[in-house]
Amino acid sequence: MPSVEPVSADSEPLLSLRNITKAYPSVVANDSINLDVHAGSIHAILGENGAGKSTLMKLAYGVVEPDSGEILWRNKPVDLRSTAAARKLGIGMVFQHFSLFETLSVVENISLTMPGSRKKLARRIAQVGADYDLHVDPAASVHSLSVGERQRVEIIRCLMQDLKLLILDEPTSVLPPQHVSSLFAALRKLRDNGVAILFISHKLEEIRALCDSATILRGGKVAATVNPNEKTAHELATLMIGHDIPQVEARANQVDLNKPLLELSAVSVKSSDPFGTDLKNINLSVHAGEIVGVAGVSGNGQQELSRLISGEHVETSAAFDCIRMMDKPVTYLGAVDRRQLGFAFVPEERLGRGAVPPMSLSKNSLLTASDKGMHRKGFLNKPRMDEFTQHCIKEFDVRCGGVEAEATSLSGGNLQKFIVGRELSLQPKLLFLSQPTWGVDIGAATAIRQRLLDLRDAGVAILVISEELEELFEITDRVYVIRSGTLSPSLVTSDVTPNDIGKYMIGEQQQASVTGGSHAT
Amino acid sequence: MQLRFEKRLHQSKIMLLAAPFIAIALSVVLSCILLVVLKKPILLTFHSFFIAPFENFYSITEIFLKFGPLLLIAQALAVGFRAKIWNIGAEGQMVIGAIAASAVPVYFVDSTSGWLLPAMIVLGALGGMAWAAIAAFLRTQFNANEILVTLMLTSIALQLLYFLLLGPWKDPMGFNFPQTVMFQDEALFPALFSGVRLNVSIIFPILFTIAVWLFMEKHYGGYKLVVGGLAPSAAGYAGFSSKKAVWGSLLLAGFAAGIAGMSEVAGPIGQLQRSMTSGYGYSAIIVAYLGALNPIGIVFAAFFLAVLHIGGDVALVSAGLPISAVHIFQGMILIFYLSAYAFVNYRLRVVQPVTQPDSAVSS
Repeated sequence: MPSVEPVSADSEPLLSLRNITKAYPSVVANDSINLDVHAGSIHAILGENGAGKSTLMKLAYGVVEPDSGEILWRNKPVDLRSTAAARKLGIGMVFQHFSLFETLSVVENISLTMPGSRKKLARRIAQVGADYDLHVDPAASVHSLSVGERQRVEIIRCLMQDLKLLILDEPTSVLPPQHVSSLFAALRKLRDNGVAILFISHKLEEIRALCDSATILRGGKVAATVNPNEKTAHELATLMIGHDIPQVEARANQVDLNKPLLELSAVSVKSSDPFGTDLKNINLSVHAGEIVGVAGVSGNGQQELSRLISGEHVETSAAFDCIRMMDKPVTYLGAVDRRQLGFAFVPEERLGRGAVPPMSLSKNSLLTASDKGMHRKGFLNKPRMDEFTQHCIKEFDVRCGGVEAEATSLSGGNLQKFIVGRELSLQPKLLFLSQPTWGVDIGAATAIRQRLLDLRDAGVAILVISEELEELFEITDRVYVIRSGTLSPSLVTSDVTPNDIGKYMIGEQQQASVTGGSHAT
Repeated sequence: MQLRFEKRLHQSKIMLLAAPFIAIALSVVLSCILLVVLKKPILLTFHSFFIAPFENFYSITEIFLKFGPLLLIAQALAVGFRAKIWNIGAEGQMVIGAIAASAVPVYFVDSTSGWLLPAMIVLGALGGMAWAAIAAFLRTQFNANEILVTLMLTSIALQLLYFLLLGPWKDPMGFNFPQTVMFQDEALFPALFSGVRLNVSIIFPILFTIAVWLFMEKHYGGYKLVVGGLAPSAAGYAGFSSKKAVWGSLLLAGFAAGIAGMSEVAGPIGQLQRSMTSGYGYSAIIVAYLGALNPIGIVFAAFFLAVLHIGGDVALVSAGLPISAVHIFQGMILIFYLSAYAFVNYRLRVVQPVTQPDSAVSS
């Protein structure tokens, strides 16, 4: 049990950062940051990708040391040079990617960092779980737990020490909507028991719903410290990006149901990766003039599905006719042949897959656009490459040092704009995007979504895999939900709610036990 | 104060150019120390290595005689290395190329046909390619590591060479020495100048260098190989075949090594014998790296190592250095080069720690 001393939120701050600066070779991640966190309050760190949120959290948890500035704990300077020092003070952190051993049980995982016999620990796990409605079976193997349950294990692990401050890095990004509310209930209970919580997110609504105060970061600096309840989501977003948010204009569209440009019929694929997900009996279609989404918690077969459709994985054991593009069987065709039929693909990893990091943008154009007259009998046509690249840069507002700029020198959002631009410049009939706005700032994300809607209206068939439900609701006409390698039936987006999608994400049959708050296997 | 080794944002172009010179300088310094310990004359040794090779015309032609095969093989290996395909068995491919080419003069001892030499060139190339193809097949079919396969195939190639020289191909008039007959003039490359061993086969590495430069810098095929080396996932995404890259770069190296082996037996050696490779297949790996895997850099690197080989021969006589001194010096250059190369992508930075207050919690 955490030893809790009820403290009112307006007393002296628990943790204070004073003029903290941390620079990396390419960027000043944190620039003179000041921040106070009080016991018994939930404090949000809000900012776009690259605003410096993660660096700030790592500083508070002793993962990285600041270049200058001071960290105070109860108004006394402390030297947080390791996570052990942070834990000793009572700071716990739950990372976005969990640090649990999948082959061990819950109690075994926790016993790695906690003293005491397993039997005693198991009792305490159950006790803490009951106190905060964070139910997990201590004897269950971690690999059998859902993402939400694994997160509970991480939180319980923090609670079993003398917890004063809990840091959560984008905790809701991995959760289906149903699990978010139970997480929030547990966090409120923790706050009421006097624990301070640092809650990192870029989702405005949940910060408004949960947090007592919010520090907004922009470009490594504190843009504002506000009470999120007193601000609208729109005001918060404006503070976060520094200017007014652009809006996506949605229009009614004309789907040509007679023209399926992508069809998968009963495709099953065994994953070559032992920890991958097998695809089972996938049926999916995308028609000209519609945007179709694939929702789901990551790791449920999205990777395998995207490699199957892109032609990076050719399933030789599948039937000749089970994947069709532009009404032609493509099951046995590789990426190049599919592209020649009018297919284009934006993968989720930008550096290393969608672009070659140390190569110039001009050479990165050559990666997929070589058929646009970029070589004659194999000999490269440099002026044509540069012209094409220049067009992408101008048309898609890519901020960079010109056609010779290396792909690594671009920010994530700008590189994504370049890759999307390159693929759109291929004038595809069928466009496939995986996580198109992952790590992309709001402005660029809106621009990309608007482009997709324009393309849809021009009769292009578009398939989008995304973990951002809001994005799918904003742009798609139909959605499928992927779970454990199986695809749900097609759902018309305007007829369903995020909760309906969430049911498919966690499997309907588990619905009862989840809402009951008990653990599901 | 604390030193930190951290990744640079961009490759350092200055370090890229400086690395080979730093490597050579450090090797010279370390060699001096070794020479002092061994009580060998330092000045005389360096004179032998770096001045003596240029002191007469014959010696200069000998440099180019070594330069040829080193350049030819290194250019081909560098193509593979840039695609991250580690063929370190050029030595074996060279041996098989020489064996295949030697079959012509061995079985047509009395022929004076003008087709002898062209036939040997073709067979030499095919022999080297066939040997490299074994590694390519095992890699693409069974994912067998090409480093091990090419290395072990070199041992097999040498055993095959010894078998032929001690058995079926042994010169019947050769006093039982393990070597074939001396080849007839029609099976040898004509010398460039009278009285020297340098011959017209020097044209192969030069043409090959131009072809490789064009391929790597100006051609879509070279681009695909480089993408495969730099970012395999991006190559997969673009649809570039990794199997083709393996086959292409191994066959190219087999081709070059085969021609190089053939040029040795049909050139300065004039017969097939045990030590026909002079270790070029291995030295070429050093040349490729010292030239930063760049077709132009490799020209300079090959020249430098050729000078080193000739200088080693001179030092053997004048300074009483063992032949292994050259190998040690080569080894030092490679090690120092690879160490210096780390600074192309990384840098050392002095870090000032944050001021530590008294009440600090110790970790």
